[in-house]
Amino acid sequence: MKPTSHNFRDNTNAALANPTLQAALGKLTRGFPVKRLEAAARLPEFEGLRDQARDIKNHVLANLDFYLEQFEARVTNWGGEVHWAKDADEARQQILDICRRVDAKTVTKSKSMIGEEIAINEFLENNGIEPIETDLGEYIIQLRKEPPSHIIAPAIHLSKEQVAETFFEAHKDLPEDRSLEEPRALLEEAREKLREKFIGADVGLTGANMLIAETGSNVLVTNEGNADLTYSLPRVHIVIASLEKIVPTLEDAATILRVLARSATGQEMSVYTTFCSGPKRPGDLDGPDEYHVILLDNGRTDLLGTEFQEMLRCIRCGACLNHCPIYKSIGGHAYGWVYSGPMGAVLIPSLIGLDEASHLPNASTLCGKCESVCPMRIPLPRMLRAWRRQQFVRKQSSSLSRFALTLWARMVKTPALYRFVNRHAMRILGRLGRKSGRFAWLPLAGGWTSRRDFPAPPGKTFMDLYRDGKGRAP
Amino acid sequence: MTGSRQYILERVRSAKKDMLASTDTTVADNRLQAHATNLIPKRGNLNKDARITLFIKEAEKVNSSVVRIGAVDQIPQEVARFLKEANIPPKIKLAPKLKNLPWSTTLLEVASGIAVGDDAVGVTSAFAGVAETGTLVTHSGPETPTTLNFLPLTNIAIIEAGKIYGDYEQAIAQLRAQGQGSRDPREYMPRTLNFITGPSRSADIEQTLLLGAHGPQRLHIIIVDDELP
Repeated sequence: MKPTSHNFRDNTNAALANPTLQAALGKLTRGFPVKRLEAAARLPEFEGLRDQARDIKNHVLANLDFYLEQFEARVTNWGGEVHWAKDADEARQQILDICRRVDAKTVTKSKSMIGEEIAINEFLENNGIEPIETDLGEYIIQLRKEPPSHIIAPAIHLSKEQVAETFFEAHKDLPEDRSLEEPRALLEEAREKLREKFIGADVGLTGANMLIAETGSNVLVTNEGNADLTYSLPRVHIVIASLEKIVPTLEDAATILRVLARSATGQEMSVYTTFCSGPKRPGDLDGPDEYHVILLDNGRTDLLGTEFQEMLRCIRCGACLNHCPIYKSIGGHAYGWVYSGPMGAVLIPSLIGLDEASHLPNASTLCGKCESVCPMRIPLPRMLRAWRRQQFVRKQSSSLSRFALTLWARMVKTPALYRFVNRHAMRILGRLGRKSGRFAWLPLAGGWTSRRDFPAPPGKTFMDLYRDGKGRAP
Repeated sequence: MTGSRQYILERVRSAKKDMLASTDTTVADNRLQAHATNLIPKRGNLNKDARITLFIKEAEKVNSSVVRIGAVDQIPQEVARFLKEANIPPKIKLAPKLKNLPWSTTLLEVASGIAVGDDAVGVTSAFAGVAETGTLVTHSGPETPTTLNFLPLTNIAIIEAGKIYGDYEQAIAQLRAQGQGSRDPREYMPRTLNFITGPSRSADIEQTLLLGAHGPQRLHIIIVDDELP
C-alpha cells in the first residue's frame, strides 16, 4: 500500500468531518476500555503478568539470534521450511514461488498485519492468484480495497449499510430483494461465500501472534475460527511473521496470552488459540502437506540496539489505539498506512521513513495513557519524543516552530527570565480575559483557537500564588 | 535466501553489541530446557469439584453450554437429547476416538472421520479442559481430526472430568508428560494444538457480537465422570 502519511493534515480533516466514522469511533472507544478494565480487575495477577510479559520479550530481543536459529531448527525437524526475508519484496516473491510451485489458483488468508505491511494481496492478484481474506472485517475491506483502520477491528469505520452495499456490489448472485439490513444477515452471507473458498483453496496463508522457539510452532489467535479453516483445509500452510514474534517456550506463550485478549477486547481469552507445528504427521486425518514460515525483517533489525528497540515487544493488541485521544478523534486511516494509533506513530516512521511519516510523532498529546495500558509496557510517549527530537536535529520541522522552540529553550534555561516573561504574560492575559474567562482567538495560537477556546489564566503564576500564600496550602 | 539469513543474523549480532543485556546463549538455552512456569493466576488453584464448577461457570460465560454426566455410555443419549432440544437434525460426524461408544442406543445417524462441507454436527474429544477460562484443549491425531472442531455449525465436545485442570500450565504439563521428559518436541507436540474458549464469534460489523462467524455457532460441552475407553 502506498502510504499517505504525508497527507496527515488532510486525512485528519476528512476524518473529523465524517459522521459515520465519528459514530463508530465513539462506540469503539467507549466499549473496549471498559471491558479491558473489567477483565484486568478480575485478575489480581494482571499487573504482574504484564511485568513478566515485558521481561520475556526483553530476554528474547537480547538473544534473538539464538532463538531464531532454534526456531528454524525445530521447524526443519518437523519437515517444514523457514524462509528468511530481509524486506517486503523478498517475502512476496517467496510466497509467490511456493504458490506457483504447487500451482495454486486461490489462497485463503487469515488476518495478518504483516500481510498488510508487505501488501501481499495486491501482489498475488497481479500475478494471477486470487487471495481471499477470511476474517470478516478484513474480507469487507478487501472487497472495498481499503486498508484496515484498526489492528483487531479492521472494518470498524464502516456502518452496516456500507457493508450491505459492498456485498451487493461484490456478490453478483445476490437476489436484489435479499435483505441485508441486520448484521446477522451480513455475517451469514459472508459465512456462506467464504465456506466455498475455504474448502476450495490451494494454499492457506496466516500470520502469527507468536513463534515458539522450543517447539517450532506458530501461534494463531482469532475469535472467528477463520485461521483454523485457513491452515487445516488447503494442501499448503504458509505463515508470514516478523522476526520479533519469537517467544522461548509454551509457558512463556501462556503468559503473553493471558495479557493479550484482556488488553485487546477485554475477553479473558480469545475463542481460538492455535499452535501449528510443521506439516501433517503420518496417520493424521487432516492438516496441510507442506508448512512454510516466512521470517520477515523489513526494518526490524534497524531498531535493535536503538532507543526504539522496545517497540519490538509489541503484540498488536490495539489497546493503545482504543485509549488514545488522537486515535479516538481521527480513526486509523488518517495515519496513512497499515498501522495506526500510538504504536503506529512510533512504528510507521521506522518502516517507511521519517520524511513520509513526519506528522505522526506529533499526533500525540503525550498524555501517557497508551503506555499505562500497554500489556508489554512499551514506553510509547518516550519514543514519540525521540522521533520529535530526531526531527529537530535533522531540521525537518518548520523553521518557525524550530525558532520558537529555540527561544523557549533559552527562556526556560534562565529561570529569572522565564519568571519575568511568564508573570507579565499571565497578568496581561488574565486582565484581557477577565470578562469571558476564555479566548476565542489568540495571536500565534490559531491552531488551538480555531477548534476550541483557550481558557483565560487567573492572572498570577503558580510561583506568585505560592509566595503570597507563604508556601502553605490554601 | 541464504544471503538474507546471514544478513539478518549478522545484523542481529552486531546490534547485540550495543545492548546492555547479557549475550551469553547458555542463559537462553537453559531457559528452553527448564521451560519454567511464570506467574500462574491463583484462580484455578482449586480441588477437583471446585475446579469443575469454575470450568462450567467460565465456559457458560463465553456462551458454551455444559452438562455433566456420570458414565461414558450415557454420552450418545446426551448428544441425542441436545440435538433434539436445539432442533438440529440427528446426523453427526464423530472423531474416530468416539466410534466405539454405544451409538446404536440412539436414532442418531453416525459417521466418523474428518469434517467435510456439509457436516452440520461434529462430536469431538478434548485432550484437556482448563478451568481458569473455561477452555477446551484439543489436538490433531489419527483419532482426533482438527477440522471437526471448526467446520460444522454445531460442535459437541466430550471432556473427562479428570482431565479438567486449573490452568494452562497444567494442560501443557500433561502434553509434555506424553513425551516422558524428552526435550525433543516431536515426542510431545502434536501438529495442531487448539485452545477453544466458547463458540466462534465476530464483532466486526458495527461491534455487534454475533456467534458462528466461521467456526461453530454452538459449543456444547459434555463433562463425563468416567474415563473414555
